[in-house]
Amino acid sequence: MNGNGEGPREPYCEYCRWFAGEDPARLRKKTQEAETFFRRTGITFNVYGQEEAAERLIPFDIVPHIISDREWARLARGIEQRVRAINAFLHDIYHRQEILLAGRIPVDLISNNEAWLPQMVGVSPPGGIYTHIVGVDIVRTGENEFFVLEDNARTPSGVSYMLENRETMLHMFPGLFSRIKVREVSDYPKKLRRSLAACAPAGAADPPVVAVLTPGIHNSAYFEHSFLADQMGVELVEGHDLSVVEGRIAMRTTQGFTPIDVLYRRIDDDYLDPLCFNPDSMLGVPGIMDAYRAGNITIANAPGAGISDDKAIYSYMPEIVEFYTGEKAILSNVPTWRCSDADALAYVLEHLGELVVKEVHGSGGYGMLVGPAASKKEIAAFAAKLKARPANYIAQPTLALSTVPILTRSGLAPRHVDLRPFVLASPSRIDITPGGLTRVALKAGSLVVNSSQGGGTKDTWVLEE
Amino acid sequence: MRLRITHRTEYAYDGPLAYALQELRLRPKSSHGQNVISWSTTVDGGSKELEFHDQHNNHVELISFNPGGRAISVLSAGEVETSDTAGLFGRHGGYAPLWYFNRITDRTRPGPHTRKIVKALGQEFADDISRLHALSAAIARQVSYLPGVTDATTLAEEALEAGKGVCQDHAHIFIAAARLMGFPARYVSGYLMMDDRPEQEASHAWAEAHIDALGWVGFDISNGISPDERYVRVATGLDYGEAAPVSGITRGTNAESMIVTLQVQQ
Repeated sequence: MNGNGEGPREPYCEYCRWFAGEDPARLRKKTQEAETFFRRTGITFNVYGQEEAAERLIPFDIVPHIISDREWARLARGIEQRVRAINAFLHDIYHRQEILLAGRIPVDLISNNEAWLPQMVGVSPPGGIYTHIVGVDIVRTGENEFFVLEDNARTPSGVSYMLENRETMLHMFPGLFSRIKVREVSDYPKKLRRSLAACAPAGAADPPVVAVLTPGIHNSAYFEHSFLADQMGVELVEGHDLSVVEGRIAMRTTQGFTPIDVLYRRIDDDYLDPLCFNPDSMLGVPGIMDAYRAGNITIANAPGAGISDDKAIYSYMPEIVEFYTGEKAILSNVPTWRCSDADALAYVLEHLGELVVKEVHGSGGYGMLVGPAASKKEIAAFAAKLKARPANYIAQPTLALSTVPILTRSGLAPRHVDLRPFVLASPSRIDITPGGLTRVALKAGSLVVNSSQGGGTKDTWVLEE
Repeated sequence: MRLRITHRTEYAYDGPLAYALQELRLRPKSSHGQNVISWSTTVDGGSKELEFHDQHNNHVELISFNPGGRAISVLSAGEVETSDTAGLFGRHGGYAPLWYFNRITDRTRPGPHTRKIVKALGQEFADDISRLHALSAAIARQVSYLPGVTDATTLAEEALEAGKGVCQDHAHIFIAAARLMGFPARYVSGYLMMDDRPEQEASHAWAEAHIDALGWVGFDISNGISPDERYVRVATGLDYGEAAPVSGITRGTNAESMIVTLQVQQ
């Protein structure tokens, strides 16, 4: 909240005046109230590898993460530029591969990459959109200095928390929202449905039939799948509900088979179609990739979109943005050492204590090393893993992240956060919901915000001008 | 040469099928050295769902079997005008990048036997094409043509070790070795008109390797020649799996019998 130690940053001024007039005991009680509210909604989170705590609430902090209109405008420009570049990159990498021919990124990075799907070669999805929904993870290190941590171009989750966090805040502090004008996020499901429908294939119904495909109730994000289907007013389906009927993917309903035009799938590529990918998958739909390649259905996000958010590709994002947009990237990239490179590996091994090391295909904060927070033993164990499979890792410096306040027992205290704004791409526009999911490290000084690693969330406010 | 092809595949099942989807890669592509004059696929006991072109520009038709059925037959027939291009297929085209054809697949993973056959070739060759012809001849010498020993899942290395196999195994071994030698290589499934008879035992398979100076060049290892005007290319892939005439899933019954009748004639 404090920009440079001289009082709160400008966007927080009005909130701080309000906060000063509140009774601290009442605010602490509100935190408990929020928890009850979340339990009632049923918004819980399954943590992989923690059987006993299968359904847990993500801790919620009642102090919002506040962003000024001006800051947001810059962020939004940067995100839009990045999402356009990602879609251009995906089209290129599955067609002429100009970026490889131009030598701007090494061929090995694609040719040895499992996220590059040969089955997508020559496929042009309706409207040229590959990433219908993107969740770009962003951190701030200073005034107007934003870094992208990850692009999350496969199936970014967390949007239900963005919506529930706001609803909870509106419910608990109605007066606050009439005092401070905050831009709305509640129309996200409506926009999502509109954006997906705008990507329907030729010959779709009017309006196009949209559905959400979930792996089922055992998936950690099942709540979000059913929540989004419900909020959009569309069917939530599982693989066994769908089959190929007259060349299209249709769902069984009480009225017979209804063909689906746009499928928002929350299943990984590998499980999508046993005919085309993993033959053992029981979650997918046999033949859906064929229907897709015949142009009979839109799959969001496109299969193979993951090649753009691979952590090794990430390190080339500044080049990718420049190659396809002709502009310098507005948002910065965190400097990244690719451990496949011998010099980089040597440097990383020397400096493990200062670096964050991540798996190239990892997510959710699993399998990563945060050097400054790790013990000597942990570092030694990680060094062994790194030496065994260097190409599996990238390393980044720990950034001097700015902090935002959270409410603790002893009052407000600074904590590190990241922000995941949600981006909707359709042929005519790129729409970024003002705000997003703010994740916060609850331990003082911690840099790990992942909910699977004990992080919490807060409401994100973009102020109206 | 104008070739008339009739290819019928009949499946019979022990019990009623609950659900089955099959991808057919049976339609020849018009390309260098061949022009498809007419072609049709007829399905009895199922329906055509859709068609598309895959990453190798193979024409793929997806068919579903009638639920509860016990038999299905697929008739693929047409006429193709061919010419002799001395096995040369020309420059690489399409969106699948050349480096893709260096990928190792399960069926074409090189092992000690593949490495041995490559090493035994030596380096004494005037050019790439003579090296690859020598490879083809070495494979034909070491792996005698004998149907019934191997099947569609046999690996190149296994067939090489066994010393017996069919055209599919020859092609896989050639592909594995050629990639090991640094050449992009691919599997070709198609038809060959045997000179002495119209009835053919099965559809044929051979391999193509990419040589910088010449582009794609075909090698029919089993017959020791490069394809001429008696050959019709139908589908290509990294190995049999990507070029299989029929592949898919069936649910609800176990055993099946398959009868293929194939005629190729002028």
